[in-house]
Amino acid sequence: MAKSEVKLLGAWPSPFVLRARIALNIKSVDYEFLEETFQPKSQLLLQSNPVYKKIPVLIHENKPICESLIIVQYVDDVWSSGGPSILPADPYDRAIARFWATYVDDKLFPAMKSIAGAKGEEERKRLIKEVEEGLALLEDAFNKITSKGNNKLFFGGDQIGYLDIAFGSLLGWLRVTEITTGVKLFDQVNTPGLANWAERFCAHAAVKDVMPHTHKLLEFAKTLMTKLAPI
Amino acid sequence: MASSSDNEEVRVLGKWASPFSNRIDLALKLKGVPYKYSEEDLANKSLDLLKYNPVHKKVPVLVHNGNSIAESLVILEYIDEVWNNNNNHAFLPQDPYHRALARFWCKTLDDKILPAIWNACWSDEKGREKAVEEALEALKILQDELKDKKFFGGETIGLVDIAANFIGYWVSILQEIAGLELLTIEKFPKLYEWSQEYINHPVIKEGLPPRDELFAFFKASAKK
Repeated sequence: MAKSEVKLLGAWPSPFVLRARIALNIKSVDYEFLEETFQPKSQLLLQSNPVYKKIPVLIHENKPICESLIIVQYVDDVWSSGGPSILPADPYDRAIARFWATYVDDKLFPAMKSIAGAKGEEERKRLIKEVEEGLALLEDAFNKITSKGNNKLFFGGDQIGYLDIAFGSLLGWLRVTEITTGVKLFDQVNTPGLANWAERFCAHAAVKDVMPHTHKLLEFAKTLMTKLAPI
Repeated sequence: MASSSDNEEVRVLGKWASPFSNRIDLALKLKGVPYKYSEEDLANKSLDLLKYNPVHKKVPVLVHNGNSIAESLVILEYIDEVWNNNNNHAFLPQDPYHRALARFWCKTLDDKILPAIWNACWSDEKGREKAVEEALEALKILQDELKDKKFFGGETIGLVDIAANFIGYWVSILQEIAGLELLTIEKFPKLYEWSQEYINHPVIKEGLPPRDELFAFFKASAKK
């Protein structure tokens, strides 16, 4: 497929953009990455995602597809023969993967994101606790899911799948959160399953070249905070 | 372990007044799947609810062959995938791009459109004008997506139509209670027409809760 037929509009620090990149890598899809400049938002972004005006946007044969998890499923559907299946085969396993991906987006990510802007120590502590509780649930889910099959490497089995992508894309920012709060969120004591999974995920061929380095994200976060901090 | 009777193979834990719970009733009825329904009192959660949805402790929950699934949109896709033989019409189309669009609109309904309308209907004097403006914008983008189709799913009810039950049925009741005009034939003729097709669809009609009871329920909530 010609490279220009597939374009991904995104930004390097975004975990949501990362999801799309990992999915495309799994299926060995050649694509053009367009770095969105913001300030102001590009015409392409405004035209291709008029409802939310957000990245990532996948543009395939001139048709835009928005929302990272929807893009991942689209990639799985279209390039089904390009690589291993991203969604599990069994409908119940698919429902579990979708449930936890929704949890990551609706609960875990917002809590994590809010920590930096927390007003006061009490709120900060509450949000950190929320993230810890969320990770404990995911640790539990990981153990349940991997105990079902023989391949205990990933949520998706022996290959990374939908939930690995949905959750794993946040690892860079979770690490930044650990550094900025001084709280270890993943470790061998509290979340051994996830701690080992995280290492395997980040080392995976489809992930390692596109996952932003933690120190770069940290620098980026600091720049953001400086811009947003009151004078 | 002895298996349960056929009737108990599919269970729904729900709340009759909740559009999210109702989505599951509509989906199972459209597929012709018999199921056992349990009404949940969220002020007094049952042991089953806590067992089947320990993470959120919310309805709806689908229990099938002893496995439980929560989150209405996740449940809808599960139902579509499990009961997918030729006699059961599909909620999602085959084409990947149209599948992506359907999923996008379901998500947009839940993340943007429903909250905007809900806020407008429950807004106080101070926030009313802005909330109504946002609700009308939300209805416009939804109508733009409908275009000239009979249903969001085309000729037949699709995933987006099921997810839009709140728009098709609940909005008319809530706006009446709030004294607002949001979804009207004048403001959104195509969307209004869709809502009439929707609530008169033979299966949907049987699956929606009775209007007067729903009205009384929300009116009582408005008084608090």
